[in-house]
Amino acid sequence: MRERTWPLPTYYFTLLALLYLPLVILLVFAFNSGTILVFPLKGLTLRWFHQLFATEALMRSLRNSLLVAAGSSVVATVLATCGAIAFVRFRFKGKGLFITVALLPLYVPFVVLGVSLLLLFSTLGIPRSLLTIGAAHSVVALPYALLIVTARLVGFDPHLEEAAMSLGANYAHTLRRVILPLIAPAIVAAWLTAFTVSFDEFAIANLLVGREPTLPVYLYSQLRMTTRLPLVVAMAALVMVGTLSIFVALVWLRRVLARTPVSAAARA
Amino acid sequence: MTASLRAVTKRFGDQLAVDAVTLAIAPGEFFSLLGPSGCGKTTTLRILAGFEAPDEGSVFLNGVEITARPAHRREIGMVFQNYALFPHLSVFENVAFPLRLRRTRPEEIRQRVAQALEMVRLPGLAGRMPAQLSGGQQQRVALARALVFRPSVVLLDEPLGALDLKLRKAMQLELKTLQREIGLTFVYVTHDQEEALTMSDRIAVMDRGSVLQVADPRTIYERPTSRFVADFIGVSNFLSGRVREAGAKAVIELDGGGVVWAERPAGVTTGQTVTVALRPERLRLERAPAEAIPGPEGGWNALPGVIRELVYTGSDTQYFVELGPSGTVMVRGPNDAPPDLRPRRGDSVWVRWEVGSTAILTA
Repeated sequence: MRERTWPLPTYYFTLLALLYLPLVILLVFAFNSGTILVFPLKGLTLRWFHQLFATEALMRSLRNSLLVAAGSSVVATVLATCGAIAFVRFRFKGKGLFITVALLPLYVPFVVLGVSLLLLFSTLGIPRSLLTIGAAHSVVALPYALLIVTARLVGFDPHLEEAAMSLGANYAHTLRRVILPLIAPAIVAAWLTAFTVSFDEFAIANLLVGREPTLPVYLYSQLRMTTRLPLVVAMAALVMVGTLSIFVALVWLRRVLARTPVSAAARA
Repeated sequence: MTASLRAVTKRFGDQLAVDAVTLAIAPGEFFSLLGPSGCGKTTTLRILAGFEAPDEGSVFLNGVEITARPAHRREIGMVFQNYALFPHLSVFENVAFPLRLRRTRPEEIRQRVAQALEMVRLPGLAGRMPAQLSGGQQQRVALARALVFRPSVVLLDEPLGALDLKLRKAMQLELKTLQREIGLTFVYVTHDQEEALTMSDRIAVMDRGSVLQVADPRTIYERPTSRFVADFIGVSNFLSGRVREAGAKAVIELDGGGVVWAERPAGVTTGQTVTVALRPERLRLERAPAEAIPGPEGGWNALPGVIRELVYTGSDTQYFVELGPSGTVMVRGPNDAPPDLRPRRGDSVWVRWEVGSTAILTA
């Protein structure tokens, strides 16, 4: 049986290569001194990064993306936290419908959502801008945030709330001193996820963009000019590093969540 | 009365969880709600705590009606079965929680938390997190937290249920001692009849939403008023019969023949069908002939029978004695007889017990 174990490692490493080779290549070419993306590399350089920070339009689109991501992720997280608490703790009419509707953006293709939002905004006479992109991103990020916060609340011991109340805490106190502190890591995780969802998003942003482009929209527009290609690659590499650090933060948060159970259940 | 319920009824859907329960709990009393799971004892406790609103009836605390008062304004302490300690707060902050809500001064908080932890014999652990404590320690923290704001009543919902047997026994005694020392009123929910008998000043036995009997442990055990209570608490033998005479003593003719004397409970009349309940440890086996055994005039009941089965349990032996057509009773006997005098299967014996140890059940 022993010699038959080789397919599994082979499969594993092939998968890893397929997943990460593109990213490695991206990193490598970000430091390539030539403007054409072919091996062998001409030489190593930090020129593109210098140029990157000197390109005002690019920095502006980066700022736009950060603004949109920050705004929409906060809106999505606040709505998701309220929604999750309502969903888990209270009985109300149309609860099933509520969760279905809230999770719908997960299943609707972004292009479809983008087109329908475009129609909506033009019908309402709202000019396209970063605000419209932000509103759209709040909708798109909401289900992710909702799922993350709900997952934490589902395991929440309802006796904790009752204990707080028997000790003299009204609902506002219970929320502030017991519920929110306990789900805080999940809220941060939801916020980070919502942030990346917005920061990456291209299809909707491309449809709803006004005069100010977000980073993905700007980068896409730059791809038409071959001289700009190395710049795009360098920017992509930077974004990747940023996203990776958010990912590391999420992994760390998940470990925090696992370590502090929401109920100090009897261990006897 | 510290706390009382008047004709409280609670339904969940079409299920009657609590059925017209009326209880009055005296100050400083250790009061237990005892019954099998689903009997409504926990719902009754939750109505007292304010976590459930009764459909009918009223709740009183220190003479004031609190039926509509929300839980956080009732000043009633509660200890949950799973302790419900706040996992993100240290032991100190858990106990300080009710005091902080009441805006107690920091130095007083420190002092009272220390005092409460001392009371539950848990000093020196104030800095720990709940997850770092054993089940027994968590239980003590939960108790300290429920005591520290000096509530007029503390409710305990099977607080020892999650502990292992040895620790549970130790905690029973400790809880009882603590309750008596600080003179607080405890309302204690349990399905463990032994626990209720050990700790309580008074017990309310509940079944299917109703309170069947409220009395001190001795009365509950020795003078149960219903078959359910006699059966649920301890082990009982049941013999059915009819009341032949209802004087100061009641004389009962068993269905299978034989006559039993008993103290007559109020309301028992001649001709009534009753059940006689006998505790196995109050019964004795005798080998003597009938004339050697004192009769009802001497304060004793005696019925002849045959040992059909015996089970050695270590501390005693259980003898299953067939009393002719009247039925079989279990007798618990000591194991101190010399080998040749030990009762054996098939032996003809007399089962003898004091008239005062005979309980008459009408329900």
